[in-house]
Amino acid sequence: MTYARRALAVARKDVAVERRSKETLNALVFFSLLLLFVFQITLGADRDRLAAVLPGVLWLGFVLSALLALGRTFLVEREHDCWEGLLLAPGDKSAIYLGKLASNLVLMTVVEALVLGLFVIFFDIDIRRALPGLFIVVALGTFGLATVGTLFAAMTANVRAREVLFPVLLLPVQVPVLLATVKATEALLLGEPLGAVAHWLKLLAAADVIYLVVSVLTFDVILEG
Amino acid sequence: MIRTLGWLSVVALVAGLVMSFGVAPREVTQGTVQRIMYVHVPLVISSYVAFIVLAVASFVYLLRRDPRADRVAHASGEIGVMFIGLGIATGSIWGKPTWGTWWTWDARLTSVAILFVMYVGYLLLRGSIDDPERAARFAAVLGIVAALDIPLVHFSVYWWRTLHQPPSLMKPGGFTGSTAILWPLLVNLVAFVILYAYLTARRARLLRAEAEAVA
Amino acid sequence: MTSDSVICTRGVRKVFGLVRVLDGVDLDVHDGEIVALLGANGAGKTTLLKILATLTRPTRGTARVAGHDVSREAEAVRRVIGVVAHGAWVYDDLTARENLKFWATLGGLDTRADDVMAALAGVGLERAADTRVRTFSAGMKRRLSLARAMLARPRVLLLDEPFAGLDQRGKKWLEGRLEALKAAGAAMLLVTHSFGRELGVADRLAVLAGGRIALDTPRGTLTADDVQRLYAAHTEETE
Repeated sequence: MTYARRALAVARKDVAVERRSKETLNALVFFSLLLLFVFQITLGADRDRLAAVLPGVLWLGFVLSALLALGRTFLVEREHDCWEGLLLAPGDKSAIYLGKLASNLVLMTVVEALVLGLFVIFFDIDIRRALPGLFIVVALGTFGLATVGTLFAAMTANVRAREVLFPVLLLPVQVPVLLATVKATEALLLGEPLGAVAHWLKLLAAADVIYLVVSVLTFDVILEG
Repeated sequence: MIRTLGWLSVVALVAGLVMSFGVAPREVTQGTVQRIMYVHVPLVISSYVAFIVLAVASFVYLLRRDPRADRVAHASGEIGVMFIGLGIATGSIWGKPTWGTWWTWDARLTSVAILFVMYVGYLLLRGSIDDPERAARFAAVLGIVAALDIPLVHFSVYWWRTLHQPPSLMKPGGFTGSTAILWPLLVNLVAFVILYAYLTARRARLLRAEAEAVA
Repeated sequence: MTSDSVICTRGVRKVFGLVRVLDGVDLDVHDGEIVALLGANGAGKTTLLKILATLTRPTRGTARVAGHDVSREAEAVRRVIGVVAHGAWVYDDLTARENLKFWATLGGLDTRADDVMAALAGVGLERAADTRVRTFSAGMKRRLSLARAMLARPRVLLLDEPFAGLDQRGKKWLEGRLEALKAAGAAMLLVTHSFGRELGVADRLAVLAGGRIALDTPRGTLTADDVQRLYAAHTEETE
C-alpha cells in the first residue's frame, strides 16, 4: 500500500530529524520547566488553592506546549525549503497529513508525560487512583488538539504573521476539547469514577472523529499550492 | 434585485422600529432599555445565519472552485462579524443597567464570544494571504472546520455552565408568554436578516468589481 | 499551440493583489531543448516557473505541460516534471541517501537501495551518501537536488537559477549534466537573471520583460547589452 508507505515515510523522517536535531524537543522541555517554575512560584505554597486550580493549570501547560509543538509542525520544511517539495509530491496528500499527525502525537505524548511527571513530583500530588481515567482523557484531548493543530499548521505555514495567527485560529476551535478535558480531569482528580465523566468523553470522542475526518478530507486542498 | 432587497430592508427595519416602540409593551422592571432586545437578539441570530451561509458557500467553493461562492463567503464573514460585534455591544448595553454587569460567562454569551473570535480569525486569515486563490481555498477550509465545530462548542459550553453550576445570571429574551413581545421580535428578526442579505450582496458585488479591475 | 511543444503557454496572466506580475506570456519548449528564461529581478520569471510547476495557478490564460493543463490536471503534470528550485528541498539532518529515499517514497516510486546509489553516483555524491546534508557545500546540495529531481526520470525539468552559488567547477559539471539530459530527450526551462557563460548550454533565449516574452530567439543572436537594453526599455514603459 503506497499510501501507508508514504505516510510512514513522513512520520519516520520527522522522528529522525527531531531525534538528531532535537530542536523542538529542547524548546519544549525548556518551556515546560519554565512553566513549572512560574506555577510553583505563584501557587506552590497554598495547597488548597493549588488543588483547586490544578486541572486548569495542568491543561494550560499541555495546551501551551501543544501550541508550541504543533506550530512547528512544518518548520523543518520551511527552514530547509522543502515545503514546495511536499506540494509537488504526487498522490494523495492526506498521507502526508497522517504522517505529520503521527509524529506530532509522538512528540506531544513525550512532552505531556514530562509535564505530568514534573507536576506530580514538584507539587506532590497523588494521581495513582485517577491514572487510568486520566490516560483516556489526556489521550482523547491530545488527539483532538493534534488533528486540527496539524491541519492549521499547514494552513498557516506560509502566511504572514504565522506565529500569531496559528493560536488565534486554533484556540477558539479547540474550546470544546479544552472544556471537556479540564472538566473531566477535575472530576477524576477529585476521585470521581470514569462513568461520571462519560458525557465529556463522548464529546471528546465525537470531536476527535469529526476533526480527523475533516482534516484528512481537506488537507489536499491546503497543499494544492 | 439588490436594490429591491435594499428597499425591503429599509421598510422592514422601519416596521420593526415602530413595533419595538409602539406596539411592544413597556417592560415592568427594566424599562425602556429593554427594547434594545429587539435589536440585540435579531443581530445575534442574523450573525448565526451569516455563519451558516459562510459555511455553505465555503463548501460550494471547494467543490466547484467558483469565485462567486468565495465572494459570498467572504462578504458574509465581513457582515457577520459586524453584526455579531454589534450584537455583543447591544447585549452589554442592555446588561449593564438591567443586571449590573457588562459581561458574564454564561453559556450563551460564551458561545457568542467564541463565534466572534472565529469570525475575526477567518478575516485575519484572509487578510494574511496575498494570493487570492489560495486565500479563498484556505478560508473555505477554515469556514467548514469552524462550522462543524459550532455544535461541539455549544454542547461543551452549555454543559460547562449548567452541570453542577448555579443557573446563569442573564437570560436574554422572554419568549415564554406574551405575543406582544413575540411579534415585534419576529418583525425585527426578519428585517435584520434581510438587511444582512442586502449588505452581503452589495459587499460581494464590490469584491467582484475589485477582482475584475485587476485581472 | 504547436503540437510538439512539451511546454506550451498562451496568454498567461498572474495577478497578486493589485499587481499584475505576468501579462500575457506565450512560450514553447520542445523535447530535447533547453530554453533559458531571462529577466530582471522581479520580472516574474520565478512566478512563471511556479505556474508550470503547478505551485500556483494562472489568473488567466492557459499553460500545458506534456499536454496536461496545469490548473485542471495538476497531478498529471507533477508526474512528468522535475524541479530544481531555489531551495534544495533537502533535509539537513538526514544523509544524502536518506533524503533521496524519502523523496522517492513520497513520490510513490518503488526505489531500491541500488537505485538510490545509482542516482547519487550520477551526480558524483556516492562517497557522501551517508553524510548528513548539513555539512554539504552549496554545490553538493545543488547536485543532490538535481538527483532528487531526476529520480522519477521526468520528461521536463524546471530549473530556477541552477548555476547560482556554484563555483567554476560546479558550473562546468552542471553544464555537462544538462547537456547529457538534453541528449536523452528531456525538455528544460532554465530561469536566470544574469547573462553569463552558463547560457552556453541553452538552445534558445527568451527574455521576460513587462510581464511578457519581449524576445524569443536562438542563443548566439543576443548579447548582454541587448538584454540590458530590453530590461531598461520595459522599466521605462511601466514608470
